[in-house]
Amino acid sequence: MARFTGKKAKETPALNMGSMSDIIFMLLFFFMVITTMRESSLYVKIVPPQGSEANKLEKKSLVSYINVGTPLQEHQGKYGTEPRIQLNDQIAEVSDIGLFVEQEKQQRNEADRPFITTAIKADKDVRMGMISDIKQELRNAGALKIFYNARKAERK
Amino acid sequence: MGRKTPGLNTSAMSDISFLLLAFFLMVSNINSDSGIARKLPPPLPPNQDTPEVRERNIFVVMVNKDDRLLFNKEYGRIEDLKDRAKEFLGNPNNLPNLPEKVPTDIPLLGRMDVSKGVISLRNDRGTSYDMYLQVQNELSAAISEMRNDLSTQKFGRKYADLTEPQREAIDQAIPVAISEAEPTKIGDKK
Repeated sequence: MARFTGKKAKETPALNMGSMSDIIFMLLFFFMVITTMRESSLYVKIVPPQGSEANKLEKKSLVSYINVGTPLQEHQGKYGTEPRIQLNDQIAEVSDIGLFVEQEKQQRNEADRPFITTAIKADKDVRMGMISDIKQELRNAGALKIFYNARKAERK
Repeated sequence: MGRKTPGLNTSAMSDISFLLLAFFLMVSNINSDSGIARKLPPPLPPNQDTPEVRERNIFVVMVNKDDRLLFNKEYGRIEDLKDRAKEFLGNPNNLPNLPEKVPTDIPLLGRMDVSKGVISLRNDRGTSYDMYLQVQNELSAAISEMRNDLSTQKFGRKYADLTEPQREAIDQAIPVAISEAEPTKIGDKK
């Protein structure tokens, strides 16, 4: 064994970490590209009203949205020019809300169901008659937690 | 001359890019929603009368189809609504024409006078959603100002900075007393 003693102790060579960042960036871009943000395209024009007391909406996973507004220009041929309701990605009638609420309930855990909030995203020019109808439907369907979407504005 | 440049140690680069990634993941929120939260009353069972409320305990805010306001059957302006609502719900001077107060034991606060006042909000079918939201907004502003006042007085902090039990106590002392009338069919506007 004597002939080995003269040699230096073996060291593991340092790994070249230079390309690690490239790999991570590649991963980042990959995930950026494949994630699609679940957002149904709107058929109705919504300019929410402004309010100084508007608070952030908590627990977005427990929120179902009801969009109310006049159909966009390109959809007016199909849906007319009167304000319409959009549930998920289709135009619906007020009477469909009960079913919609029930479906949204089924999608959630049993434990989370009492905390489901229904956010009403309505255009500021919509008349209250429509909103009242929606609210009545929600009441009858047992969806009592509601949320009026509004943009945050400074107090005048 | 002719000196070789030493190779840069780039192993920390990945750490930096991870850090950046984590930072942006946490900070970015995709079009966050803001608005005003409300609770709807449960549906009334048929053939049951609404409970009687004494006149002094009720403050009627009406919004008609032209977005004009009536406070207790007098013309009013949206700018005055917040102060009127605060005066009504607070009743600081215990006036006989403003709501009664019920002494209630509330944890953390002790015995508090809780107002029995209810703001009744009525609107026509033709009222614009914008105006309705402005009214709701003013009422929210009144309540949140009163809550802030009480929490600064009791706990020395703003309502938003309170702990959960403290916040519940304040909520109990100053409830969101807004009642919305069953919708009427009049005043439709296309």
